[in-house]
Amino acid sequence: MVEFNLPANSVVKEGKSFSAPADAKNVRSFKIYRFDPDSGDNPRTDTYDIDLDKCGPMVLDALIKIKNEIDATLTFRRSCREGICGSCAMNIDGRNTLACLKPIEDIKGEVKIYPLPHMPVVKDLVPDLSQPYAQLASIEPWLKADSPTPPDGERLQSREERAKLDGLWECILCFSCSTACPSYWWNSDRYLGPAVLLQAYRWLADSRDEYTGERLDALEDPFRLYRCHTIMNCTNTCPKGLNPALAITEIKKMIAERRA
Amino acid sequence: MTESYKIIDHNYDVVVMGAGGAGLRATLGTVEAGLKTACITKVFPTRSHTVAAQGGIGASLGNMSEDHWQWHMYDTVKGSDWLGDQDAIEYMCRNAVPAVHELEHYGMPFSRTEDGKIYQRPFGGHTRDHGKAPVERACAAADRTGHAMLHTLYQQCLKHKAEFFVEYIALDLIMDEDGSCKGLVAWDLDSGELHRFNAKMVILASGGYGRAFFSCTSAHTCTGDGHGMVARAGLGLQDMEFVQFHPTGIYGSGCLITEGARGEGGYLTNSEGERFMERYAPTVKDLASRDVVSRGMAQEIRDGRGVGEHGEYIHLHLEHLGSEVLWERLPGITETAKIFAGVDATKEPIPVLPTVHYNMGGIPTNYKGEVLRPTADNPNAIVPGLMAAGEAACVSVHGANRLGTNSLLDLVVFGRACGLHAAEVVDTKAPFKELKTTDGDEAIARFDRLRWAKGSRPTADIRLEMQRVMQGNCGVFRTSEILKEGVGKLSETAKTLPDVGVSDRSLIWNSDLVETLELENLMTCAAATMNSAEARHESRGAHAHEDYPKRDDEVWMKHTIATVDTEKGYGVDLTYRPVNNFTLTDEVSYIEPKERVY
Repeated sequence: MVEFNLPANSVVKEGKSFSAPADAKNVRSFKIYRFDPDSGDNPRTDTYDIDLDKCGPMVLDALIKIKNEIDATLTFRRSCREGICGSCAMNIDGRNTLACLKPIEDIKGEVKIYPLPHMPVVKDLVPDLSQPYAQLASIEPWLKADSPTPPDGERLQSREERAKLDGLWECILCFSCSTACPSYWWNSDRYLGPAVLLQAYRWLADSRDEYTGERLDALEDPFRLYRCHTIMNCTNTCPKGLNPALAITEIKKMIAERRA
Repeated sequence: MTESYKIIDHNYDVVVMGAGGAGLRATLGTVEAGLKTACITKVFPTRSHTVAAQGGIGASLGNMSEDHWQWHMYDTVKGSDWLGDQDAIEYMCRNAVPAVHELEHYGMPFSRTEDGKIYQRPFGGHTRDHGKAPVERACAAADRTGHAMLHTLYQQCLKHKAEFFVEYIALDLIMDEDGSCKGLVAWDLDSGELHRFNAKMVILASGGYGRAFFSCTSAHTCTGDGHGMVARAGLGLQDMEFVQFHPTGIYGSGCLITEGARGEGGYLTNSEGERFMERYAPTVKDLASRDVVSRGMAQEIRDGRGVGEHGEYIHLHLEHLGSEVLWERLPGITETAKIFAGVDATKEPIPVLPTVHYNMGGIPTNYKGEVLRPTADNPNAIVPGLMAAGEAACVSVHGANRLGTNSLLDLVVFGRACGLHAAEVVDTKAPFKELKTTDGDEAIARFDRLRWAKGSRPTADIRLEMQRVMQGNCGVFRTSEILKEGVGKLSETAKTLPDVGVSDRSLIWNSDLVETLELENLMTCAAATMNSAEARHESRGAHAHEDYPKRDDEVWMKHTIATVDTEKGYGVDLTYRPVNNFTLTDEVSYIEPKERVY
């Protein structure tokens, strides 16, 4: 059997430890991936012991507590803290999710936190997401229609037509799903990944859009779409409870029906 | 001596700071007009705080019942407690309908009525025929309207190939000797490089400063960065004492529960199970404007009728609406209540508390978006080359209290207005002003000073102290004594800023330094807010002063202008400018002040 090893400069080393105050009664360890782009050092994991009695309930609360009170150099993205902006997506306890929506209590033992997998790491828990952003732009994610819009009013859309967008438009582009997908790990240069395909289907499903044919043409490709092998990691991991795998299946169905 | 940094220079017709609703709409407008535009933003556009807006965008479409923009205008003027400028309010309300239609044409996924039109729901302070009854005016995409709007605007920007500089931190404006603005300095987090943007027009759309307070619905990134830049350029901030408390922030976390929850039929009760808003606002009850509801709630808690072990919150009931309505029209907040309050809203009430939510004050502008530099002779003098829109700006359409749904409206209407005006005044063929080698030096010196700051107080420590002072001394109810104490305490805290200590020295994604830069901006906003509040001896809208419980139009029908001395201890100089007591056209007449009853 062939064995693969990480390149020497990528091996994650054991880092520093920060213990909780002596009087802390409800202590939990947070083991967090650190990478300093300036030092040239290998990535490491630092361990922070936190008194949960003096911390908010979510993993993001713990990260903020560490940054505020223990180690201001810890770097991560965060903004809304209520699961709508998608900034704080990371790998927590082995699963991609939003730190702000992940209760610490749901995790048994040490809380392990890594950046979203298989993306270039800029620093600590901050991955470089320029690839999925560019892929999003590539599917032309805007309403395309040639029919003139009513001059003094909205286009009409029935409630049934509008309901077809539910479960699609709510995506917050956190890319937890794409970075949980083994196909995306292997072929992220050519496979669009579940997040972007969900967006692609959002426009295919919109009764107001008139470019279904062109959109399907652009997707009908062994890599862009068909690298999806229905592994379902995307749907299992989505912190918003959406189902990208189903959206991808719907696209495949539309293409199959078009051929028939 | 500052370290020498590599500086990259750019020339753009327009530089927009911020990529929320206002920034994206302004960017879209200038790009469509053929202006070379750079939109610089500290977060990826769809992560801006507009994304968190829930209930709707106000427009008198009349899809559900009769409505007129004049009624919307009346409600907005009344909501503002007559501090709003009626020319700007007219401009916003008459442009609301086409603005919402435009968003629909862009592809925004609005909820729909049975006949396929945009769905509308009632909202606080929005009424039929000048206060007679609540009206359905909030155009909604479930309870994720801001998310739908922000993504739609970003999509349109992609369509028009707008140029974004993402995760760039704007440091300061570059001002010309003649007082005009000629660009800004920004720091690229990803590469660590500094950039000078030479621009014929800078549009600030940097959002509010909710994070100056301890408990707020605002995102961590709402730190008043544009306000700070304007203040450091020696310009004033307007009406900063008017801070909106949203009645229904979740007790504890502060997460927002939309007013649309009450629009759909939700109501508040105290510990006796009484629907107490009937006493404070007999006509529209739980749908009175936000300042009125928040004061009612705070009064109930003060009178010992709060809910919970310590009587410190109020109950919001939605359970009677049924799970079908909740999951269709209010799915987001049903989920949020579950996650952040541990409450199944389909079965039990949600514990809520008035929570800092919105800043009516900000960078003074006229209805075109031009930033004002009021002088004694000319209260409407402008700063050439500088505009502002959105929560960062104070147009002023919200006056002393903003109506729900008018913020999303403000973003698109005045974001668009900025685009239109920039297209009118920017000459794409004119040569750029020469940037001198020293332009931006002060910004870089400030950056370098904070990067190497070795003081004894961590950023988070000073920030927490500031937030506590603001929360404790500038809250829903204010008195002369509490405000005076607040001015003193805040000044003490601000004086410790030179003793700030930063631990991360790197240039790449140094979020410790980002937070420290933000702290200076927050402190600027906090100082302006506290001092403006202390000086205003009346009660108007969100500014409820217990020693002066009445509105005083004789003396106080005027906008506060606060100039903050960011160099010396954050002292504040206050001047005033008149409220515009005229409308934009003759189609509607000035609405005379009267008593504000809901």
